[in-house]
Amino acid sequence: MDRIDHLFNQYANTSSNLIDPEGIEELCSNLEVPHTDIRILMLAWKMKAEKQGYFTQEEWRRGLKALRADTLSKLKKALPELEKEVRRQSNFADFYAYAFRYCLTEEKQKSIDIETICQLLDIVMGSTFRAQVDYFVEYLKIQNDYKVINMDQWMGFYRFCNEISFPEMTEYNPELAWPLVLDSFVEWISEKQA
Amino acid sequence: MMARTIDFAQGWRSMQIGITKLEKHVEGLPGHSLNSEQYINLYTTVYVMCTQKPPHDHAEKLYNKYREVVEEYTKSTVLPALRKTYDDEYMLLRVLLERCSIHKKMVRRLSRIFHYVDRYFVVRNSLLSLEEVGLACFVDMVYNTLQLRVREAVIAIVDKEREGDDTGIDRALLENVKDIYVEIGMGKMKRYEQDLESFMLEGTASYYSRKASRWIQEYSYFDYIRKSEECVKKEKKRVSHYLYASSEPKLVKIVEHELFVVYANKLLEKKHSEFREIAGGLEPITNIFKQHVEDTDGQDTAAIRKVIEVHDKYIVYVTKCLENQTIFHKSLKEAFKFFCSKAVSGSSLSDESLATICDRIIILKKWASEELSDEAIEKVVKFLAYISDDKDLFAEFYKKKLARRLLLNRDASDDHERGIITKLKQQFGGNFTYKMEGMVTDLTLSRQNQNSFDEYVANNPAAKPGIDLSVTLLTTSVWPSYKTFDVNLPSEMVKCVEIFKVFYETKHKRRKLTWLHSLETCHINGKFDQKPIDLIVSTHQAAVLLLFNTRDKLNYTDIQTQLNLRHEDLVWVLHSLSCAKYKVLIKEPATETVSKTDVFEVNSKFTSRTGGVKIPLSHVDERKKVVEYVNNDRRYAIEASIVRIMKGKKVLGHEQLVSECVKQLSGMFKPDVKAIKTRIEELIARDYLERDKMNPNMFRYLA
Repeated sequence: MDRIDHLFNQYANTSSNLIDPEGIEELCSNLEVPHTDIRILMLAWKMKAEKQGYFTQEEWRRGLKALRADTLSKLKKALPELEKEVRRQSNFADFYAYAFRYCLTEEKQKSIDIETICQLLDIVMGSTFRAQVDYFVEYLKIQNDYKVINMDQWMGFYRFCNEISFPEMTEYNPELAWPLVLDSFVEWISEKQA
Repeated sequence: MMARTIDFAQGWRSMQIGITKLEKHVEGLPGHSLNSEQYINLYTTVYVMCTQKPPHDHAEKLYNKYREVVEEYTKSTVLPALRKTYDDEYMLLRVLLERCSIHKKMVRRLSRIFHYVDRYFVVRNSLLSLEEVGLACFVDMVYNTLQLRVREAVIAIVDKEREGDDTGIDRALLENVKDIYVEIGMGKMKRYEQDLESFMLEGTASYYSRKASRWIQEYSYFDYIRKSEECVKKEKKRVSHYLYASSEPKLVKIVEHELFVVYANKLLEKKHSEFREIAGGLEPITNIFKQHVEDTDGQDTAAIRKVIEVHDKYIVYVTKCLENQTIFHKSLKEAFKFFCSKAVSGSSLSDESLATICDRIIILKKWASEELSDEAIEKVVKFLAYISDDKDLFAEFYKKKLARRLLLNRDASDDHERGIITKLKQQFGGNFTYKMEGMVTDLTLSRQNQNSFDEYVANNPAAKPGIDLSVTLLTTSVWPSYKTFDVNLPSEMVKCVEIFKVFYETKHKRRKLTWLHSLETCHINGKFDQKPIDLIVSTHQAAVLLLFNTRDKLNYTDIQTQLNLRHEDLVWVLHSLSCAKYKVLIKEPATETVSKTDVFEVNSKFTSRTGGVKIPLSHVDERKKVVEYVNNDRRYAIEASIVRIMKGKKVLGHEQLVSECVKQLSGMFKPDVKAIKTRIEELIARDYLERDKMNPNMFRYLA
């Protein structure tokens, strides 16, 4: 525990006793992981971090204990294993939902603006569903109906990637309960392909 | 191993014993089943007799004996059983099916016993196999003789059902009959098609031909069509009970042909003459349709049916509107013709235009250059309302127009408007019309109130408005919402408002009055150089004009400060007085638009041929607002419906939710599926509903 705390203090802001965005940046550079890499998000998930850009001491302890890492090098080594764990089908949906909640910065906020969503999609799903993400991001930027995306729509996209073949999308049925934004998305692609 | 030769006669004797047992067994008689040892013995006997060296090779003899056995069996057991069914169709079919199945069993068992004959003798000599022999026997001796009776039995039963006699119809039995034909046909459909299907189709054709020739005489046009449609529907259902699915389209085509195509021309003539009875002068309409039928060559049943369908829709309207009276106004006829031609060509009029037409008819009291009585107007409006697609949209537009009529067109009779509203109530129900009724009532009450006010003023020396003041009181909840442009009134008007307020409070202490200056009209007398002219203007315009009583020239800012109007509103008012048709004010500079630096003065040279001039203000686009309003209403209606449904069902699949919702709202409008989806998502975001974790197509109500 001591070593974990010691590590915490190396990055924490002494007055607030939190690791703030600056500290996280330093951590990333020490871990040799880009700041916007999905693995940091995964780390946050493991820690069950509540506030984006900040790690509390409790969260830090929780995360590192679970990863059995009490030094920087151990933490670094733990990352690939962590990634594998998160990408397991049983965990990924939870992680995906977590990623959305993590970006809700205001208190009563329930949806996220399009710009942030596009970035988030790229980080979270870019490596596994490149084509879908690229198309969907393009669509979101062009369309005018939606200025924000809510949790239901966010999860809908996850189901979409997992259940619908791309780009054929033959299984897609707009008469089912897919979120409307996806209906419009599919329509838009069909028109593009025509 | 058998060493000794089996002599034929001897061998056959032992065979016969086994065969007789088998025959009794398939009849269902107990105690005659062959056990495996006996079975094998028989089989072996055949085998040996076939493989013995000549002259003891008896294959041919066995083959012939086999045929004899089957024939004998058929003659002694099957035929008598069938003969017993003399007159009873059902019994005939039942016994036939039974016998067919037993015969099949018998032949099969026998063939197995005689199998060795099949293997070499039959093959070597290219003869019919044993099963084929057995089947041929059945066909020759049983099927061929009974075929006619069987078919007639089937068609008799079907005709009975057609007549409505459902009693004792054994559908299961009928269903199995067709299988015999396939059996007989060795699994192919040819026998079925030739022997059963073609006969049934013929029988159907003649049945409907008979019926149609009678119905066309006895029934009215409507009833004939209705009855025929019913028959088609029933035949579709019925055919699967006694024929294969492949026969359905053929049969339906025949029925339609006999009922519709054969009598197509007669039907039109019928319509023609019947309508002349109901409502004289419907020729133009029937001509349109007749033309259409002629265009489709009268052969295409589908096209004819579509034309008939569209026509029927309008006939329903006519009958409902006219309630079977023989009066048929020229205007209604014109309306009818107009809409029919639109419908046949596929287009339709928007609900707004329908409401606009109503408005014009009521104000002008005529349509298609014909004067209309009040009664006729009511009928036309009812008709137009009936054919609107979205009732709520039509009602909303109608209401707006009604409001304008009531407020601006003071000549219209209240009773007349009420009469029309009552007709609409019958169409739409009270929901849509209670506000309209409220508006008319307000007008009546306002008039009474005005009388009281006039009395009050006469009897009250302190309360002298100095101007003729006439006030219409509107109950907020029933009238469309109007914007109130607040303006600093000229002192003369302020006095009026005050006096009225005091008066009103004596009658209704707790009610709040809001003045809708945008709806008011003022009569101002302008003393122009040539002659005085009465100006009919809005309150805002009046407020502007009255400022010039104290000053000759005023700039924009002065006016705005005095009146305290918003920039857009003031520009609007000044424009109407200085840049439009009646330039009562001179604007410097004399540009087309009003700007903040302009200066205004009275145009003393203004004149007009008449002594009074109405200076209008340009109108805002009302249509958009109405549509928006209705759309908002609809949004609430859809949400409310979804919540109601989910509250009741707690858990429901997406598709069912959508269809329930559509059903609930169908009386008012047809909700767009996309709109419903949007509302569902809204409700999810507001935590009224959630998606089921396991099945994302299911929704759960969150209490």
